[in-house]
Amino acid sequence: MKKRSWYFTCGMGLTAFMLLYIVVGFFWTPCDPTALSSADKLAAPSAAHIFGCDHLGRDVFSRTLAGAGTTLVIALAVVAVGFVFGLIIGALCGYYGGVLDSVVMRLCDAITAFPSILLAMVVIAITGAGTYNVIAALGVLFIPSFARLTRGEFIKYRERDFVKAAKLAHVSDLRILFVHILPNTWPVLLSGLTIGFNNAVLSEASMSFLGIGVGPSEASLGRMLSEGQSVLLSAPWCTFFPALVIILLVLGVGLLGEAARERIG
Amino acid sequence: MSTRIKRALLLLAAFALLPVSLLSCAGDTEPSTGETASAVSGELSNGGSVTVGISQDLDSLDPHKTANAGTREVLFNIFEGLMKASPDGGVIPAVASDYEISEDGKVYTFTLREGVKFHDGSDVTLEDVLYSLERCAGSENDGVPLITAFSNVESITSDDQGRVVITLLEPSLEFLNSMTAQIIPAGSGSTQATNPVGTGPFRFVSYTPQSSLVVERFDDYWGEAAHLESVTFQIVSDTNTLVMGLNGGTLDMVIHMPNTMASSIDESFTVLTDTMKLVQALYINNAVEPFDDVRVRQAMYYAIDVEEIIDFVCDGAGVPTGTSMYPAFTKYFVPELAEVYQQDLDKAKELLAEAGYPDGFSMTITVPSNYPQHVDTGLVIAQQLSQVGITAEVVEVTWETWYSDVYRGREYETTVCGVAASDMTAREMLARYVSDNSKNFINFSNAEYDDVVARAIATMDMDEQVALYQQAQEILNTEAASLWIQDLCDLVVMRPELDGMTFYATYVLDMSTIYYQ
Repeated sequence: MKKRSWYFTCGMGLTAFMLLYIVVGFFWTPCDPTALSSADKLAAPSAAHIFGCDHLGRDVFSRTLAGAGTTLVIALAVVAVGFVFGLIIGALCGYYGGVLDSVVMRLCDAITAFPSILLAMVVIAITGAGTYNVIAALGVLFIPSFARLTRGEFIKYRERDFVKAAKLAHVSDLRILFVHILPNTWPVLLSGLTIGFNNAVLSEASMSFLGIGVGPSEASLGRMLSEGQSVLLSAPWCTFFPALVIILLVLGVGLLGEAARERIG
Repeated sequence: MSTRIKRALLLLAAFALLPVSLLSCAGDTEPSTGETASAVSGELSNGGSVTVGISQDLDSLDPHKTANAGTREVLFNIFEGLMKASPDGGVIPAVASDYEISEDGKVYTFTLREGVKFHDGSDVTLEDVLYSLERCAGSENDGVPLITAFSNVESITSDDQGRVVITLLEPSLEFLNSMTAQIIPAGSGSTQATNPVGTGPFRFVSYTPQSSLVVERFDDYWGEAAHLESVTFQIVSDTNTLVMGLNGGTLDMVIHMPNTMASSIDESFTVLTDTMKLVQALYINNAVEPFDDVRVRQAMYYAIDVEEIIDFVCDGAGVPTGTSMYPAFTKYFVPELAEVYQQDLDKAKELLAEAGYPDGFSMTITVPSNYPQHVDTGLVIAQQLSQVGITAEVVEVTWETWYSDVYRGREYETTVCGVAASDMTAREMLARYVSDNSKNFINFSNAEYDDVVARAIATMDMDEQVALYQQAQEILNTEAASLWIQDLCDLVVMRPELDGMTFYATYVLDMSTIYYQ
């Protein structure tokens, strides 16, 4: 049996830890992450508040717990939207090719040509901020990359003998697409998913950082960075800890993706 | 081996070391806000140059065409009108030496001051003054006044003694404030935007967009000459960079420093506390349910704790207002109104029950996302309102959306923002609440109030006007038309060797009084 790579071990360990962190955050936080307290304004890390407090006296530890959850949920939803639509579009384009393929792929090129944050900002400017709009805006932007990835894989397999054999046996196209080809593409798609997830986490953080993400009442890691920015020099804990959580989250999943890629060889 | 992973690990390591260096930078400095320690005035010396950090670029160098308060504040050093702003909020003669207002308040006569020179060396003549005033009234803009108050002007002429005579359509006591309209050389309108020429204590040297504006002392100034040799206004939009500029020595002075940054500034700097000359409030749309009921608005006012909000967003340095007037308008401001609504949760619940909302209700607070102080205020208010059962959700929108939907469109429930007097008059602050005023985004409508304000505007007796304006403020306060919170604090930070800062009641930065000790 092949020895497990350290990518996999580290990635798994880190991801498991972060997931535990987030799951704990869903059910328990030491303080109310949205409760303001003028007495604890910019309090430094201490036994009562191990990560310190922000400019409104909110406990940074509680906020990273809750915020990581918000960020994770948004990132998962974005990847889900992008992946499902990207998979369908990519599979159809890759398998059938032709005019449909050219038109859809050029459209994807057009979307990719814009800086994604700029495009998301335009969408948010029209629809207004809020969790669901962020998911929708980012989700649409993630479709092209998944579509491209899937399309490449399906083109690779459509000329393979087992697909030709299935065609000769009059197997329906839908069955060939999703039962015969799809399982073969999983390794590549999985590593694409991890990269997509990381990009989604960072995009959500960037959008919240720019003030066009989730609402001010909610905690999100990007929003915490943005709020901490003005006190970066006097209260670095307001930005350091949320940044650390983002890094660990992205790094863990990134290592897992690397492990998947290594396996494909 | 993937280079991407290596890079990620390097980044992580770098980040882990970051707080160590940051913490050592921050040192043990105690928060020093609220300190109005003006150093003991030492020996005054003329000369020297100062670099002032300002946070936004100038929208135009043409004094008649700027819309931006931040630009006007800087251009105050280059330009003057027949009158100029004085520190107490009034106006004093500048290019004019004297003025007369007719009994009916319709004819203003100005005597020009002798020996006033433009920065290009020429004398200010009657022709220049008439040209400048006519330009403000729209002579180069298809008749559309460049300065709104000039829409009340019927004619601008001169009399046989070489005086300027301005006749108004409607009598107005406050038109004198508009005579701060800047005087420029005749025919120079098209070149002002690139080469501004005025009569102020400093003259223009150079301007680099998004970088800096340099001015130097004008030695032929008619009044008391400036102390400093030259002043550079450095445009630094990021507040962290402002702090680093001060600590690192590239900036000598910063105006409008957010109070959250004060603790990051080196202790030796002089921190002066001022106010922003605006009224920050929870502005309520009086036309929508349940806010159309005065008891609901009063209940909300009793439910919030203004002092606590000021502690949160201004470290206690803001000044509570209690009405749509900021304290710098000393003549009209009624400080007692800030005491009327002390937090009283029982009274708030009682009023809510009377109005038919014993269990409270849900509402939204729309805030412009580019103003962190307003966003934070919204969050604090939401927490305070929750104590009486009102669930307030803070919704962030972009400035453009806020301006079009909330301010122009009046489609909102409540909003936190700051309202200032763009034309520097008390009237502007109160006329906003008149039923048919185009700026009445509060949708406040009260016949008695409309009548009082109309009488105040019409009267030519200063004492009566003050009394009527104060009465109007009392009506607003009783009706709780908005939940006025404070005039936000504003910090000026200077190098310890600098002194002589003069604070004005209006949005003005006077560099001519600043000197090195």
